[in-house]
Amino acid sequence: MPDAPDVPDVAVVAFGQSEHRANTADLSEVEMLLPVLAETLGQVGLTAGETDFTCSGSSDYLAGRAFSFTMALDGVGAWPPISESHVEMDGAWALYEAWVKLRTGEAETALVYSYGKSSPGHLRDVLTRQLDPYYLAPLWPDSVSLAALQAQALIDAGHTDERALAAIAARDRTSAEENPHAQLRGSAPPERLLDADYLVRPLRGHDAPPIGDGAAAVVLAAGDTARRLCTRPAWIRGIDHRVEPHALGVRDLTDSPSTRLAAERAGAFDAPVDTAELHAPFTSQEVVLRKALRLGDDVTVNPSGGALAANPMMAAGLIRIGEVAARIHRGASDRALAHATSGPCLQQNLVAVLEGDPR
Amino acid sequence: MSKEPVAVVGIGQTKHVAARHDVSIAGLVREAAVRALQDARLGWPDIDAVVIGKAPDFFEGVMMPELYLADALGAVGKPMLRVHTAGSVGGSTALVAANLVAARVHRTVLTLAFEKQSESNAMWGLSLPIPFQQPLLAGAGGFFAPHIRAYMRRTGAPDTVGSLVAYKDRRNALKNPYAHLHEHDITLEKVQSSPMLWDPVRYSETCPSSDGACAMILTDRGGAGRSPHPPAWVHGGAMRSEPTLFAGKDFVSPQAGKDCAADVYRQAGIADPRREIDAVEMYVPFSWYEPMWLENLGFAAEGEGWKLTESGVTELDGDLPVNPSGGVLSTNPIGASGMIRFAEAALQVRGQAGEHQVDGARTALGHAYGGGAQFFSMWLVGSEPPTS
Amino acid sequence: MSSAPAPEALSAPLTVEFPFTRSLGPVQSAFLTGLRERVPLGVRTSDGRVLVPPVEYDPVTAEEIGELVEVAPTGTVTTWAWNPAPRRDQPLSTPFAWVLVRLDGADTALLHALDAPGPEAVHTGMRVRIRWAAERGGAITDIACFEPDDGPDDGPEGRQDDGRDSSAQAAEARPHDGRFADLVTGIVAPARLDYRYSPGRAQTRYLAALAEHKTVGERCPSCRKVYVPPRGACPTCGVATAEQVEVGPRGTVTTYCVVNIKAKNLDIEVPYVYAHIALDGADLALHARIGGIPYDQVRMGLRVEPVWAEGGRYPDHYRPADEPDADYDAYKELL
Repeated sequence: MPDAPDVPDVAVVAFGQSEHRANTADLSEVEMLLPVLAETLGQVGLTAGETDFTCSGSSDYLAGRAFSFTMALDGVGAWPPISESHVEMDGAWALYEAWVKLRTGEAETALVYSYGKSSPGHLRDVLTRQLDPYYLAPLWPDSVSLAALQAQALIDAGHTDERALAAIAARDRTSAEENPHAQLRGSAPPERLLDADYLVRPLRGHDAPPIGDGAAAVVLAAGDTARRLCTRPAWIRGIDHRVEPHALGVRDLTDSPSTRLAAERAGAFDAPVDTAELHAPFTSQEVVLRKALRLGDDVTVNPSGGALAANPMMAAGLIRIGEVAARIHRGASDRALAHATSGPCLQQNLVAVLEGDPR
Repeated sequence: MSKEPVAVVGIGQTKHVAARHDVSIAGLVREAAVRALQDARLGWPDIDAVVIGKAPDFFEGVMMPELYLADALGAVGKPMLRVHTAGSVGGSTALVAANLVAARVHRTVLTLAFEKQSESNAMWGLSLPIPFQQPLLAGAGGFFAPHIRAYMRRTGAPDTVGSLVAYKDRRNALKNPYAHLHEHDITLEKVQSSPMLWDPVRYSETCPSSDGACAMILTDRGGAGRSPHPPAWVHGGAMRSEPTLFAGKDFVSPQAGKDCAADVYRQAGIADPRREIDAVEMYVPFSWYEPMWLENLGFAAEGEGWKLTESGVTELDGDLPVNPSGGVLSTNPIGASGMIRFAEAALQVRGQAGEHQVDGARTALGHAYGGGAQFFSMWLVGSEPPTS
Repeated sequence: MSSAPAPEALSAPLTVEFPFTRSLGPVQSAFLTGLRERVPLGVRTSDGRVLVPPVEYDPVTAEEIGELVEVAPTGTVTTWAWNPAPRRDQPLSTPFAWVLVRLDGADTALLHALDAPGPEAVHTGMRVRIRWAAERGGAITDIACFEPDDGPDDGPEGRQDDGRDSSAQAAEARPHDGRFADLVTGIVAPARLDYRYSPGRAQTRYLAALAEHKTVGERCPSCRKVYVPPRGACPTCGVATAEQVEVGPRGTVTTYCVVNIKAKNLDIEVPYVYAHIALDGADLALHARIGGIPYDQVRMGLRVEPVWAEGGRYPDHYRPADEPDADYDAYKELL
């Protein structure tokens, strides 16, 4: 729907993230988060508690503790009391909630953060608890196996093959050599990757994301405030998210209609993008997303290395938005697309389109 | 810039009970959602987005259950958000949904909150055996009882005030067909002679553990114009948070609660809440929180809240009825409890609260809180649309 | 006091385990009872699609659906994944294939395991049949797994234009009234997750000091408040704390309650007093039990000191210290 003339434009003005690691057992969640918050706010000259609104995303099931997010709030400096909310979702959706808040005009700046430590638990088992509790969860089908079912469907449909998947892995991890925050950097050539054993056939280790811990933060600002805080704000031209049916057996696993619809609503097809950061934790999921998003070979995909280089749960989607914003900030992109996902086999998807002012 | 006015045009609740053995989790939320749609005379295609809230996932043992609930809530192909702000979540969820309409992102939004406590045991979920930490030595009530004692010490309130609240709320619940506890033989003596669990908190002054869901349909001015029943209009809404524990924290009257109320009153143009608000649905999990919140929310001066309770002002026929629905003391599906407060406030200004209707209610406050008395969400609804 | 060298970060196992009790509702109840009786059921949508496993609400229209049909115990693999290393609680303990199977008569596929000798023996389009569990009680695990069926193969090429396989087209779902004796209305779903919990640097420092019966808080560099236990950050300033400050051992009861009900897993005789105690030098109270005094003589302002038990990580309780009560004004800010 066309914007009313007085609805403020909202931009990402700062982005920070932790060094993503396989294990951060030496740090509590707040100890991991604190430096990221300080660094991100510092980029725009703010300190804890200074934004008009704060919204975060995290999951109790990763931590193994109820209300785990309440302790993370210690890192925010919520005193005097702050206007604050939390989603039990990836931080990309926390950013969405903050974007809505800024669009109401009730706030001009927002801090968005999310974090996830996968190392305390066994992520493949933990994520089974996300499935239908009657028909699926009792079978404990792990996240890699579900992604492998999707990958096989893509191969059967002729959309990809194992060699093409290896090429995606090699490209992302080679790109990650330039990303100091990445957990995995560098890759053997695709042919050599195919020598490895299957993790769950048809997926090999390189097709799956690293499991690890990390945090990310973004500062949003509206209108003139954004221009004041940032020389080249990354304006959110559109953002939308959609969900699909839960059961894998009722979906066409080779397609992502929710991504396509979200992209349409976000205006992704109105003009070409130069860059896309896709939250595709598995190589095969990039195949699905590229098709749904109609990304051609002229688009730079996952210059950060994407989720195959670092996939801190609950933060990896927010990082996609932050990564394209950072590229716009430094002039490496003019119009970019960021995507986040949640749920088994891309059940829920968010698409944001960001632009810099003309140079 | 002007926000789009937000109207509540549909409200649905389940009959709250200890255990809904006859439905799945999906069946439970669906029941509330369908009732809200029926109230608004809308169908699934009329809903643009779904915003759902609940307390910790461990309570049902399903991580991010909204993914599995997408089908039941007609969310397929639509945006779906899941909010979790501890006990205040039911209220926060409604506010996130309201903002979607206010920001003109969507026109009509379904918002829903639930808890199916019978799937597990809330105390289990709250007291997982975290290594190195001292076990919670006192159960849920033991967390709150010392703060109640602090309130009593500060204000000199007589010991009986808590029992008056419990007696009132349980009687109000008898007029609310959806309330969990229907204690037809309740007397003040029974409340006052119920076992002392966490001195100064007696058994009858504590909330039950419920299965239940609550849903609302929020819409814009155009949607309100098509509403078959009078809408409730949102005049103000806010969330405030403060840390769990900190040096200088006032557990009796947390600053975040005061600030949240002040923000809502400012938005709604309320100068004197005691005179201008006709009914209050506040989150009172233990009876003494009524006088505590009366002060925190600005209905009474500091130290004076108990006097309103004692003098009958907060009774259903008093001049500031508090929890006409029976409140959390009568119904507590944790994640939904905040939304029920918001919905009951809306029912009052719509004139649709049935037997527990406050005569002539035109302005009502819905209040929720959670965590270590640190997360607050409130909205103020009225029978007339906002003027600005 | 200054920063001590950081002890090695602590960690310990954390098991989160609960037998969840799940009520099913009518459709799921019929399906799981049907599995117990070796009768696979689906549900028909208003536009005629047959969903197996049956769901309560149409994923496309959101309509409530409940028209049950019986489908065949045989079907076709629509996709598969070879799992060479089964994980705890998965359907088979030897390598198997995860499969989505469209049972004959159904339009949607069911997720389960396929017992096959190896990945070479599995392909999309292959015919499979349900292997029933020997003992069935009404759960998705009443299907032990699928196994290869001898019927004609449908191979990926055999798929028809309408997306259905030829064998599936032959089978039609038959109406079923969903009535069974002794309907299963609920399941118990045990779930165990194993974690390794790490409390982080600040807590590790705190616990290391406690081991020497010292209570060491941390001071915020900004507001100068002393936090006990320290949590790594000053929650009001949002900055890291690191300067260590020994507090106590004595403190003041700021408020309390008398606990009269026995909490599960706690071996403490009731009634007892659960108190908030502001240790001398700390800027907020911690929580502990009061002993060594009749429960009804505990009062706000009581001065107390810790009592350690052999091998305890925390003081077992606090007891009255031999000194006069603190003035209300001295601790009311800590209340």
